[in-house]
Amino acid sequence: MSPVLDIRGLRKSFALHHLGETIAGFGPVSFTVGAGEFVLLSGPNGAGKSSLLRTIHRTYLPSEGAILYGPDGLDLARAADVDIARLRRTEIGFVTQFLQARPRVSAERLVAEPARRDGDEAALEKARAALDAFGLRRALWGAYPATFSGGEQQKVNLARATLLPRRLLLLDEPTASLDAGARAALVDRLRDLKAAGTAMVGVFHHPGDVAALIDREVALPGTETLEEVPA
Amino acid sequence: MSAVLEMAAPVLDTRPALLRAEGLSLSYGSVRALDDVSIDVQPGEVLGVVGESGSGKSTLLRCLNLEEVPEAGAYSLDLPEAPGNLFALPRYERRMLAARRIGIVYQNPHRGLLMKHSSSGNVAERLLVAGERRFAVLREKAGDALAASEFPLDRMDAPPVELSGGMQQRVQLAKAIALEPAVLLLDEPTTGLDVSVQALVLDTLVRLQAERGITMVVVSHDLGVIRTLADRVVVMRHGQVVERGLVDQVLGDPQHPYSQALVQAKL
Repeated sequence: MSPVLDIRGLRKSFALHHLGETIAGFGPVSFTVGAGEFVLLSGPNGAGKSSLLRTIHRTYLPSEGAILYGPDGLDLARAADVDIARLRRTEIGFVTQFLQARPRVSAERLVAEPARRDGDEAALEKARAALDAFGLRRALWGAYPATFSGGEQQKVNLARATLLPRRLLLLDEPTASLDAGARAALVDRLRDLKAAGTAMVGVFHHPGDVAALIDREVALPGTETLEEVPA
Repeated sequence: MSAVLEMAAPVLDTRPALLRAEGLSLSYGSVRALDDVSIDVQPGEVLGVVGESGSGKSTLLRCLNLEEVPEAGAYSLDLPEAPGNLFALPRYERRMLAARRIGIVYQNPHRGLLMKHSSSGNVAERLLVAGERRFAVLREKAGDALAASEFPLDRMDAPPVELSGGMQQRVQLAKAIALEPAVLLLDEPTTGLDVSVQALVLDTLVRLQAERGITMVVVSHDLGVIRTLADRVVVMRHGQVVERGLVDQVLGDPQHPYSQALVQAKL
């Protein structure tokens, strides 16, 4: 079976025009991720783990290499912006450490947004179930998340980002600032998604949080070579 | 638990662009306001246009609203009633098409509204253009559009001159969407409003876009507005598009020196 993600010789560097310098990001790296597989990215600070996730998501433009996605090997490094936008709405999810709260939008409405095509009420129901699972106090569901604590915002963020099943989920330290209950809820949700076939690539400051889910580890040793080690 | 994801090939967007402008060039005297500008917008998509004052973004919007005809370039909308290059249409047809199928919200409400006429009358004006003459229908439809724009209906007969800036923008928005436009153009829709009102107007726009899938082109110098509303963005400078891409990419990994400077200047 073809992998969900087949990354070949992917490299990223940043041209900083006002300094006249180019800064290395990561790579070249090559690895594959199959359906239902969880790949942990490891490496020291500054190795480019988050940059690699953002490059797969196309928040960063790749400098070199290919990101082949799906059975036909659509190259995300070169795909049209409108196609990337569509894939992000339907197939590729990105879970970050930070909630992008919008002013005057309640927690439950923010979480429900990705499911809005199901109709407002059904989407809200899904959103409330997710917020409940992540342990956000019921009193906060209708409140604006801009004033929430870091941990509460992260619960809203995770509920939203994992609301719908995705073919590929990119995880950038999603357990940072979570209490034990929410961490457990996240692991439960990821396990369900994994069982349903979602491919995952993640960066975790404490990989122990998700130890039971990890199938393989890809180590980013700074910007030199890449080695793949079994988990 | 959700169904197992099928490993089918991803579905790509093969629809034709709803809006396509190609090679627009326009000079005011010796100033090149637009220099070979091309954009395209997919159905239901929101395209952002950023750049500092004088970069040509408002001129571009006026061309898309058919208020101005550039010296060179072509503009088409994928609509049965709008064949070919819209700049080539006779002036009257151009104006009728703009009134019926293109909605616009100006930064300055004075440009879009008759300030001393009632708010409902301002909205109804659009419906009159489309040929509606029955008073009850005009009033009902104007009320619907105002309600969709989250304008308080007990004020619908107040003239805009008596309303706050945020409410005036809602009247403009109601007028712009009254006829369910094919494309909605927004020129700095929240500039000049205080932040809490900005947030409310933005939220109305996000909700309308989500509910109705309205295709939009939004011009703003406020990168936060663009990040909130747009899928893709073009960066303009001296009348040219210097960079284009997904909003998070252009704001997160800008490639052009000017885009980098613009993003780094954000608070």
